[in-house]
Amino acid sequence: MTDNGGKNHLLEALHIVKTFGSLRANDDVSLFVRPSEIHALLGENGAGKSTLVKIIYGALQPTAGELRWHGAPVTIASPAAARKLGIGMVFQHFSLFEALSVAENIALALPGAFDIAALSQKISRISKEYGLPLEPSAIVGDLSVGERQRIEIIRCLLQEPKLLIMDEPTAVLTPQEADQLFLVLERLAKESCSILYISHRLEEVKRLCQSATILRQGKVVACVDPRQETAASLARLMVGGDIHVVRAKAKPQSGKPRLVLDKVALKQDGPFGVSLRDISLAVAGGEVVAIAGVAGNGQSELFDAISGEKLLAREEALVIDGKPCGRRGITERRKMGAAFVPEERLGHGAVPAFRLSENVILTRYASDKNLTKSGTIGRDAALGVSERVIKSFDVRKGKPDPEARALSGGNLQKFVVGRELDRNPAVLVVNQPTWGVDAGAAATIRQALVDLARAGAAVLVISQDLDEIFEIADRIAVISRGQLSEAYPASDLTAEKIGLLMAGEHEVREERHAARA
Amino acid sequence: MPLVLEKRAERSTRMALLSPVIAIALTLITGAVLFAIRGIEPLHGLYVYFVEPLTQMWSVEQLIVKATPLVLIGVGLAVCYTANVWNIGAEGQFTMGAILGGMIPVLFPAWQSPLTLITMLLFGILGGMAWAAIPALLKTRFNANEILTSLMLVYVAQLLLDWLVRGPWRDPQGFNFPKTITFDGWQLLPMLSGSIHLGVLFALAAALVLAFVMARMLKGFEIRVSGNAPRAGRFAGFSRPRTIMFCFLLSGGLAGLAGITEVASVVAQLQPQISPGYGFTAIIVAFLGRLNPIGAIFAGLMLALSYLGGEAAQVTLGLSDRIAKVFQGILLFYILACDTLILYRFRWLKTQVSAAVQPAE
Repeated sequence: MTDNGGKNHLLEALHIVKTFGSLRANDDVSLFVRPSEIHALLGENGAGKSTLVKIIYGALQPTAGELRWHGAPVTIASPAAARKLGIGMVFQHFSLFEALSVAENIALALPGAFDIAALSQKISRISKEYGLPLEPSAIVGDLSVGERQRIEIIRCLLQEPKLLIMDEPTAVLTPQEADQLFLVLERLAKESCSILYISHRLEEVKRLCQSATILRQGKVVACVDPRQETAASLARLMVGGDIHVVRAKAKPQSGKPRLVLDKVALKQDGPFGVSLRDISLAVAGGEVVAIAGVAGNGQSELFDAISGEKLLAREEALVIDGKPCGRRGITERRKMGAAFVPEERLGHGAVPAFRLSENVILTRYASDKNLTKSGTIGRDAALGVSERVIKSFDVRKGKPDPEARALSGGNLQKFVVGRELDRNPAVLVVNQPTWGVDAGAAATIRQALVDLARAGAAVLVISQDLDEIFEIADRIAVISRGQLSEAYPASDLTAEKIGLLMAGEHEVREERHAARA
Repeated sequence: MPLVLEKRAERSTRMALLSPVIAIALTLITGAVLFAIRGIEPLHGLYVYFVEPLTQMWSVEQLIVKATPLVLIGVGLAVCYTANVWNIGAEGQFTMGAILGGMIPVLFPAWQSPLTLITMLLFGILGGMAWAAIPALLKTRFNANEILTSLMLVYVAQLLLDWLVRGPWRDPQGFNFPKTITFDGWQLLPMLSGSIHLGVLFALAAALVLAFVMARMLKGFEIRVSGNAPRAGRFAGFSRPRTIMFCFLLSGGLAGLAGITEVASVVAQLQPQISPGYGFTAIIVAFLGRLNPIGAIFAGLMLALSYLGGEAAQVTLGLSDRIAKVFQGILLFYILACDTLILYRFRWLKTQVSAAVQPAE
C-alpha cells in the first residue's frame, strides 16, 4: 500500500478523524501534499478546514488517524514541534505587537537569544530576495495590513519551512497586494517549499494552485486539479449544489433619503485609530450603498459613529428617517428603526458565552415590546425569535439554543444578520457582512440585504470585498484615511477607478488648502 | 503520554456545579495532611473541625448567625464579580455601615422607637454605599484600578472606627476601654429564636431578590453582558460606567447593611474589632457559590462553618484560630483552580499507533 506515490508526498494526512463532543469536524479526511506544489484546501465555513489545518500545525490532536512527513509517521504535539519539522503557518488574524518594531516582533517568535541587529540584516535580505518590501525598524502600528502579513510570512521563511500553511491570506489585501503575494508564493513553490492554501476565492485557487482538496461537512468530497475546473464547478463541489446567484429586482425610483450623514467628524481614539473627517452621505429607501476601502481606513470608526456607540458632536450630523439623532445613543437609534451588524461577530455582535436566544435580547430588548415585560425578560419570546431566525437563515447548530461561540463563523454571521433583518428595519448598517463566511452563507446574506432594500429600507454596507460590492451595491463610495469619496452609481465605476479612490484620490489635503491661502 | 488541557466547545454546566465539590474535597484532603503534620489524627481533626459544630443546637444557631453577614455581603459581591467589577473592599464598606448606623445610638442614646432601628439600618446602608461610591467614581472618572482603591479604603475605614471608639465616641462609663455605650432596646435587632436575629431574613431576602434580578430581569442581563463582553454591552446600548456604579452601590449597600446588622445584634456596640474579616471571607462565598445568589447561601453556611471549626480546633485541638483563615485560603485556591475545568478538560495525549493505519487510495 505504499507504492501509491506515498514516497513522493511531503505530507500525508491519513484517515484523520476529529470529534468535538457529538460533532465530527473531520470524518476520515485524507490529504496529500507533494513537494513544490501549491495545494488548495477548499470548503465552506464549518466544513472542517480549520480543524484539519490545526491538526497539521500541532494545535489540535486528531481523535484517530495518522500524519506522515516524508513518508514517515509523526506525532505533531505542538506548533513548536511543527515548526521544528519545517511546517510554518500564516494565520488569518495576525498576532503582532503593534507598539514593537518589525524586527522585535519577529525576534519574539524565534527561539534562542535576541540579536536585533543581525536579525534586521537577515530580514532585509529575505525581504529583498522575495520581493517583500519591509523595513525592519518600522513600528507595526504604522503598517498596513498587507505589510503586517509580510511580517508573518518572513517570520515563517526565517525558519526555512518545507510546508507553508496560508489561511485566507488575500482576505485583507487590495487586488494589487494580492497579485504581489501570488508572485512570492509561486517563487517559494519553485524553491521547493510546498504551500497549503486555504481560500474562499475560487478564481485565485484556479490561478495559483496545482491541486485542490475539497471538504464538505467534515468529509473529503473531491481531490481535483483546479486548473481543469471552472469556478462554478468548484463552487458546486464545495456546497453540493449550484450556488445561488444574487438577483436584484430593478432598483425602484429613488425614494426619500432615510439615512443621512452630514459632515460627520470624529477624533481618533488611540494612537492607532483613524479620525473621521467631513463625511457626508445620503442613503435612500430602496437602495444599497456600499463603502469600499482597504482595512484600517476608518471603517470601524465610521460604523461606531453611525450606530451610536460613539456619539457625535452635532445632533444634525446624523439623520434617520428625517429625525436628527447625532447625539443619541444606539438604543434610541434602534427605536427609530435602525439596525446594525458590526464586523466582529464574537464579543461585539454577540456575547460568546450566551445562548442564541439571549443574544436576541442583546440588540432587540428596547425595540421589541414583547421581549421585556416591566423589567423582566421574556425568555419564551426570545426563544421564538431565535428559532424564527435559525429557520429562515438555515443556521446550522449542534443542539437547540447553543452558546454563540459553539457556532461556526458562517452560521453565527447568518444568525447575527438574521437577528436584525427579522426586525424589518428601516435602515440597516452592516460592516463586513460576509467576512470569513463561506460562499453559500455569503450568497444567502447578500440576497437578504438586497431584498431588504428593495422592500423599501435604506441599506449601507461597509465592505472590503469588491466582488461583493459590485454584486449588491447600487451606489459605491470609497473611504480612505477617514475621508469618504462621493457615492458613484455602481455601473459608472470600474475596479481601476475604485483602486484610485482607495489610494486616496478624493482626499482633501491640508497642504493644498495651505498653498491656496 | 503527556497530560494536556483542551478547550471545550461550550461551558460545561456539570463542571460548573461539580467544581466547588471537588474543591471542598481537595480542601479536606489538604486539611487532613496539615493535621497529620501537626501530629493530630487526621480524621479526628476533620471531625472536630467540620462535624462537631453541627451536632449541637447552640452551635447550629451560631452557624446561622455567622453566615448572615457572609451571605449579605457575598450576594452583592457575586453580582459585582459577574459584571467584572472587582470590589475587594467590602470589609471597609461593612465598617462604614457599622459606623454610620451605630452613630444614631451613640449620639442619641435616649431615642427609643421602632424608627430608631429603621434609621440605623438606613444609615448603615448609606454608609456602605457612600464608601463604595469612592472607588466606583475613581474607576469611571480616572480609570483607577478598583481592586487597589477599594482595598485601601478598608484600612481607612477601620482606622476611622478605631479613632472614634478611642476618642469622641468612647463610653464615658466604660473604664477607658475603646468602645461605645452598649446598645439596647430598639437600638438592637429583634431576635427570632435563640441567638438568631432578624438579619437572617435580610440575607435570605437579598439572595432571593438578586437571584431573580440576575436570572430574569433586564438589569441582570445588562450586568451579565457587561461582565462577559463589554464591547457587546456597548453595542447593546448598556453604559459600562453605569454598571460599575450600580454594582459598587449595590454591594456596598449590602455590606453596609451587614455591618449595621452585626453591631445591632451580636456586638451590640461599636468597638475596634467588629468583624473577623467577613468582608474578605465573603469574596470566597461569592466564588464558592458560583457567583449565584442562591449558591451564596450554601457557600455562606460552609464558610461560617470554617469559623466555628476554627474556634473548635482552638479549644479541642489546641491549634491557633488562624487555622480558619488557612482553610478559607486553601478553599479559594482550589475553587479557582477547579474552575479551569469548566472551560477546559484534561486529556491524555495518545502516542500514535502507526501500524494500525494504512494509507488510502
